[in-house]
Amino acid sequence: MLRALIGDRAVVAVAGFVLAGAIVIAFANQALPPTHDLHASIFAVGLIGKYLCFALLALAIDLVWGYAGILSLGHGVFWGLGGYAMGMHLMRLIGPRGVYGHPVLPDFMVFLNWTELPWYWRGFDQVWFALLMVVLVPSVFAFVFGWLAFRSRVSGVYLSIITQALTYATMLAFFRNDMGFGGNNGLTDFRELFGFSLRDDGMRVGLMLASALAVVLGLALCRLMVASRFGKVLIAVRDAESRVRFLGYRPEAYKLAALVVSAALAGIAGALYVPQVGIINPSEFAPTFSIEAVIWVAVGGRGTLAGAVVGAVLVNALKSWFTTAMPDLWLFALGGLFILVTLLMPKGVLGLISSLPAAFLRRGVIAAHPA
Amino acid sequence: MGLLRPLVLSLALLIFGALGQVPAARAQHGGDDPVAAIAAASGFDELARAIDRLAVSGHPQALAVVEALRAGTLGVRAADRALLWRDGEGRFRDAATGAMVEGINPREVRPIRVNNRVRRSLDAALGALQLTSPDPRIRLAAAERVFRARDPEAIPALEAQIARETDPRIRRVMEGARAAAVLASDRDVAAKVEAVATIRNRYDLDARGLLASVRDQPPEVMDAAAAAIRAIDRHLALVHAAQDVVFGLSLGSVLLLAAIGLAITFGVMGVINMAHGEMVMIGAYTTFVVQDWIRDSAPQLFDISLFIALPLAFCVAALAGVVIERTIIRFLYGRPLETLLATFGLSLILQQAVRVLFGPNNREVGNPSWMSGSIELFELTLTRNRVAIILFGFAVFFALLLVIRRSRFGLEMRAVTQNRRMAGSMGIRTPWVDSLTFALGSGVAGLAGVALSQIDNVSPNLGQGYIIDSFMVVVFGGVGNLWGTLVAAYTLGIINKLLEPFAGAVLGKIAVLVLLVLFIQVKPRGLFPLKGRAVEA
Amino acid sequence: MTEAAVLPSGALADPPQAPTLLYLDGITVSFDGFRALDSLSLILAPGDMRAVIGPNGAGKTTMMDVITGKTRPDSGRALFRDEHDLTRLDEAAIAELGIGRKFQKPTVFETQTVWTNVLLALAGDRRARHAFRFGETAEERERIAAVLATVRLLEHRHRLAGGLSHGQKQWLEIAMLLAQDPELLLVDEPVAGMTDAETEQTAELLVAINRDHSVIVVEHDMHFVRALGCRVTCLHEGRVLAEGSIDRVSNDPRVIEVYLGR
Repeated sequence: MLRALIGDRAVVAVAGFVLAGAIVIAFANQALPPTHDLHASIFAVGLIGKYLCFALLALAIDLVWGYAGILSLGHGVFWGLGGYAMGMHLMRLIGPRGVYGHPVLPDFMVFLNWTELPWYWRGFDQVWFALLMVVLVPSVFAFVFGWLAFRSRVSGVYLSIITQALTYATMLAFFRNDMGFGGNNGLTDFRELFGFSLRDDGMRVGLMLASALAVVLGLALCRLMVASRFGKVLIAVRDAESRVRFLGYRPEAYKLAALVVSAALAGIAGALYVPQVGIINPSEFAPTFSIEAVIWVAVGGRGTLAGAVVGAVLVNALKSWFTTAMPDLWLFALGGLFILVTLLMPKGVLGLISSLPAAFLRRGVIAAHPA
Repeated sequence: MGLLRPLVLSLALLIFGALGQVPAARAQHGGDDPVAAIAAASGFDELARAIDRLAVSGHPQALAVVEALRAGTLGVRAADRALLWRDGEGRFRDAATGAMVEGINPREVRPIRVNNRVRRSLDAALGALQLTSPDPRIRLAAAERVFRARDPEAIPALEAQIARETDPRIRRVMEGARAAAVLASDRDVAAKVEAVATIRNRYDLDARGLLASVRDQPPEVMDAAAAAIRAIDRHLALVHAAQDVVFGLSLGSVLLLAAIGLAITFGVMGVINMAHGEMVMIGAYTTFVVQDWIRDSAPQLFDISLFIALPLAFCVAALAGVVIERTIIRFLYGRPLETLLATFGLSLILQQAVRVLFGPNNREVGNPSWMSGSIELFELTLTRNRVAIILFGFAVFFALLLVIRRSRFGLEMRAVTQNRRMAGSMGIRTPWVDSLTFALGSGVAGLAGVALSQIDNVSPNLGQGYIIDSFMVVVFGGVGNLWGTLVAAYTLGIINKLLEPFAGAVLGKIAVLVLLVLFIQVKPRGLFPLKGRAVEA
Repeated sequence: MTEAAVLPSGALADPPQAPTLLYLDGITVSFDGFRALDSLSLILAPGDMRAVIGPNGAGKTTMMDVITGKTRPDSGRALFRDEHDLTRLDEAAIAELGIGRKFQKPTVFETQTVWTNVLLALAGDRRARHAFRFGETAEERERIAAVLATVRLLEHRHRLAGGLSHGQKQWLEIAMLLAQDPELLLVDEPVAGMTDAETEQTAELLVAINRDHSVIVVEHDMHFVRALGCRVTCLHEGRVLAEGSIDRVSNDPRVIEVYLGR
């Protein structure tokens, strides 16, 4: 098992880099004075924290797309549901400090003249319950959807289109005020988590470190899954699903397991993201966001796990730079990235690196490159 | 005027109380010149009665007098109490003869004022007088006016005209008007119950309103009215459902137009083009550019601007399609998921390009005059632009069917999609057919853009709004089957509109999406699946 | 082999008394009006080998699709070991009953090694929750090595299956069948694209396999069919045209007319 865990050097390298990088940034923010040349601003910490959440989402997508051949254009649903579960906890923690000062009801419910907390908001004041929901709600959602879809053998582009419709429908639903999730504005004005203020620098560094840890653990979990016999069957399903059936396997069970784990990872990513950006609203369910997340994976290299993390950080760093330097050109760049990667770099950045003569990463990448 | 109002109100009360006595009063004044009676009338109730009598007198100038009184141009000359009215050019005419009268000082003529009671008499009188007009439209409008006036005085005139009326539709309205008048009269219960039935047969909101306002009638009449209201409500609910179906057909046509190009590129070629919506958008912006040019250079062409835009939009979008196929898609044949991603990137680029070129806001695209307004069909109201889009949707569909079934190109296209290698070895230039097929699908999307520019905002996001729905239509209908696309588009359109009244627009849309996901459980290959071993390959 | 009999369609009123492995009765499959199988009946006794020949479109592959659950027949019965109704089971369930299949176009898992391909086919628990295992047991390793040695692919075990030649892929698929160890093997065109020597070796291999397994082979190569030395069924337009020994079938005038040519 340990051999399987460290069998992919690219995954080990990326996990190590993420962990070390996060610790260095945390140190540079907390221990170095602001006047120091190497001091990391709290803005930089927040940015890195965000990138790491995106990286975990990309990892979740790579698990199903890279290894099970399920191109999900709707992972924003799982990400958003995890985010909302965390957001609901944060809302309950505001308590009577809201604008209207109501002891229990969040501001937007007071605004809508609601007098009672809806049943599905109960329990979210408890940390353990909220954290359970962060994992459980996306997983159950993925289980129901996957069970229906895989049972009827919907696959390929059909499945992609349906996942896109799914996230679109969820977005429309969450836009409605009477759903009880704050409608258009979503959930915001959070104050504290685990008893610490969210405006506190130490808290933000902590969240960034937690995100880094989540990425590393996510990499480990995914690596174990794909290196086990389960992963071998999954890859076989990706490459020749009907052949797997004739060997006596039920591909739907394997795909469903992968999708549920992936949804849980995406939910955790969303839950880590929300306290760091301070808001969750229905735009997280926008179909465009989900497709954008897919391109992170494609840029890094599909079916490599490490590539998903690399791609997410790379593309989002690029986005941060573009949207401040040349905002009008960002969509051209993003669109061009979609086309270039699919046409010229089907194995992504990692594939490119592994084709370099001096690459020591070679073994890990080839082991699982998709057809 | 301020002082007059209490006076008018108290008068009106008196008159309403005296309404039942009108026939008796009329008997006393019988035989007088009806025009002179108007000039002589003192007080509103006397004036109203005079008007009622004038209406049934058969006086040749009756219509002119009533119209003048309605328009407020009828007056009395103080000196000789002669009745005069001013025509459109401001000349005075004698009310009794209609002859021109010279040398009148306008100051000497005191205009006759009217109140609501008088106005109702005027409406009824005008209705009764116009009932005999040779113009059927005027007769119809008159009958409607009498229906609303509910004046028992109009019954004889109505009965006379009903006997003569040749147009069955107008006769029905007149019978309704007579029934309304009967209901307001002092006739017996049987006649009134029968009148309720006649009014009910109109089955519209006017009839419902009239029946709902029935007061102080015998219980039999009240019961009949209540039953009639229920019947009308049932009928109206049906009409609303029918109207929803028509709205659904209209939405279905929009879906059909948006999806039909996709049915070719996705359904026939198997290429998943996420930039399909942007081809629609290109068509809409082509329309905008054409109209912009027409406004500047040739405003007289505005009414045919769409006919200029159609071929241009087709060509522009088709050309864009060829370029996309040659530069991107042909490298990705057999890799549908990669095609999806690449074309999505392309859609981002196209949207941003339009945003940079035309600005991020909605651009104004006008409706030509022949597409504004609405037409009535049975009890349904259809706006002309919706009708035009329904017809256009069918036209595009059948034109496309014809191209695919009958033309040489269609034959080659079907051959290539069924067996590429075989088609190639038979001398068909398959890359060329691919390009043209993609161009055709894109061009049709451009045509859809022209149509959608008439009912939707022309903005860079225009296409994005349709892409998910379009894919749903193609998947629902069964990939590779144009008829399936047609049926799916209309089914989804109608289901959507039928759900909307219960669920609201957003929940209706969500419900449709969920239903589709469930439907695919039952029939994974859509309504009209292709069968056989070829499907597996 | 003497129990095996193919009767004209519809002639089977009751299930036969002798034990049968595979029992097809009146199977009809149509695609958009075209009858791929027209009331096809066929019986295979345990331990039998049967060669199925016939022109393109005769329904050979569709018959395999019906047996393995890929295609549901419009009508007819398909029983395995007299008790399992194959028309009601899905592909995985049928495979677990003990029916293995090699496809016309060799289908192996191209991005995985030859070794992993055989490992995936190895008989064992197929459930997802039992799949979180790493490596193989000594027993499994032995079994894989033995199977690979049988098809002469042992020295290629670390190569990706996608890099094998066409003939090697055919053999890898046969190796996967062996590893799966089914009671009945359906083998669709196993020697297409093979040299004469390879064809001969494959025939020997199948005959060896037949010692412990029942086999249905679909093949066009008459030399190969002759080398198998088993009963032959000729299909035409979804029906059984002729059945019997290779000599009898190849001299049947109708078979010559529609398939073998004069």
